Amino acid sequence: MLVEVRNLRIRFPTATGLSEAVRNVALTLGQEKLGIVGESGSGKSLTARSILRLLPSNAVLTADKLEFDGIDVLGADEPALRHIRGARAGLILQDPKFSLNPVMTAGAQIAEAWRAHRGGSRRLARRAAVDLLAQVQIRDPQHVAQAYPHELSGGMGQRVMIAMMLAPDPELLIADEPTSALDATVQADILRLIEDLVSRRGMGLILISHDLPLVSHFCDRVVVMYAGRVLEELAAVDLIRARHPYTRGLLECLPTLSHKKPRLAVMQRDPSWLES
Amino acid sequence: MIEIEKLSVRFGRTEAVKGVSFSVARGDSFGVVGESGSGKSSVLRALAGLNPDWTGRMSVDGTALAARRPREFHRRVQMVFQDPYGSLHPRQTVDRLLSEPLLVHRMDNIERRILRGLNEVGLTTAMRFRYPHQLSGGQRQRVAIARALMSEPDVLLLDEPTSALDVSVQAEVLNLLSDLQQARNLTYILVSHNLAVVAHLCARIGVMQAGELVELLSADELRAGRTRHPHTAALRELSIELEEPEPS
Repeated sequence: MLVEVRNLRIRFPTATGLSEAVRNVALTLGQEKLGIVGESGSGKSLTARSILRLLPSNAVLTADKLEFDGIDVLGADEPALRHIRGARAGLILQDPKFSLNPVMTAGAQIAEAWRAHRGGSRRLARRAAVDLLAQVQIRDPQHVAQAYPHELSGGMGQRVMIAMMLAPDPELLIADEPTSALDATVQADILRLIEDLVSRRGMGLILISHDLPLVSHFCDRVVVMYAGRVLEELAAVDLIRARHPYTRGLLECLPTLSHKKPRLAVMQRDPSWLES
Repeated sequence: MIEIEKLSVRFGRTEAVKGVSFSVARGDSFGVVGESGSGKSSVLRALAGLNPDWTGRMSVDGTALAARRPREFHRRVQMVFQDPYGSLHPRQTVDRLLSEPLLVHRMDNIERRILRGLNEVGLTTAMRFRYPHQLSGGQRQRVAIARALMSEPDVLLLDEPTSALDVSVQAEVLNLLSDLQQARNLTYILVSHNLAVVAHLCARIGVMQAGELVELLSADELRAGRTRHPHTAALRELSIELEEPEPS
């Protein structure tokens, strides 16, 4: 197993004691594509980031088991974590505008990631950067390598980000809302690219999103989270047959082009969902 | 109600909107779809008076619009923005946010109007003295809508009003917008990249690409696939492909 999580809890100190943001979450991930879906505040990002132990400094993280490829992430020290973060597990964030360095060219940033994890000469790293840009299907990689982030479109920026994450040849890719800042057409291209790279390189993927139908197109399995809990876990192909009223609610409240709905269904939240 | 004829908007040397024309009848909803950079928001901002550098003809209720708008225009035409985190003053309470348009437009019965405004968008009076950071995203967008309605406008310009919201909250806000339109006979122009949202709220839709309005069609035509421009067809196909869960 690439990732094994049992009884994960993430709590934050508040004026009235610890408030639990994630509770009793169990996950396993092999060489597959897992989607984590939920609304804002459902704990989906915290859950995925806990695998890299990339949480706000005041977070209290506990788990019965939190392993990345057999390494106990909970007990690991900083040097050990550095061998996982970036090197073996990459993280792609929502908006490339904020995750790329604005004063370095795209090529220099990718080359930096390459050298940090693999060493080698500058020239070799530069060449590798251009090669990686070609792998994320950028048509003119030489040109893009010399461009600064502000000269790139959102979709192009996200491709650069993906290229940078691929530099150390990781086994796991965590994509946290990688396309929410992009247009629908670009969104589909980027997700297809991620799917294709993950399959071709035999990587594991955790795709975090609030868009349930979208995730089902690009993942094998979907975990639905609500208020810090996993409510339902199912194969992506079974999504239309989802049982849980919350999952059903997320699907039914969407306006669609194919069916005209005079009025959108509004989610009725049941307090019993919080009792697991 | 709204007539736009050969509207062009320039930013320096770039022409963001190239001769766009459409009209919207009173009480109707008109949707504008397109990708980022297609100029759809620029049309809305030029109409709202947020961008003075435009050419062409625009009129609201028969009155032609100049670069500078009179106060009455801003009372009658209000705008709701995409990000309720950015569009509400963080240091002002809901009460202050809602009373400001009333003071600007010298309206009476401020107390009654604020209570009615909160009630109309489904917020309780407990929200009245909160600050934006104490509200959820959906509650903030409700406040933004309530504020836009304070001056009793005839026209609401909606710029991606639900794209920063969770889908469950999006459904609530879209239902609210339909209810308000019926109750107040409002005219809407809705700009969004989400075809399903636009087709849900608007009977007529304009499709923009690279600054041009490439197609005007009804929501029913869009649903049925009776599109004439390849860009509309491409947007529609993608939207339908991704909106349904993966069939097994």
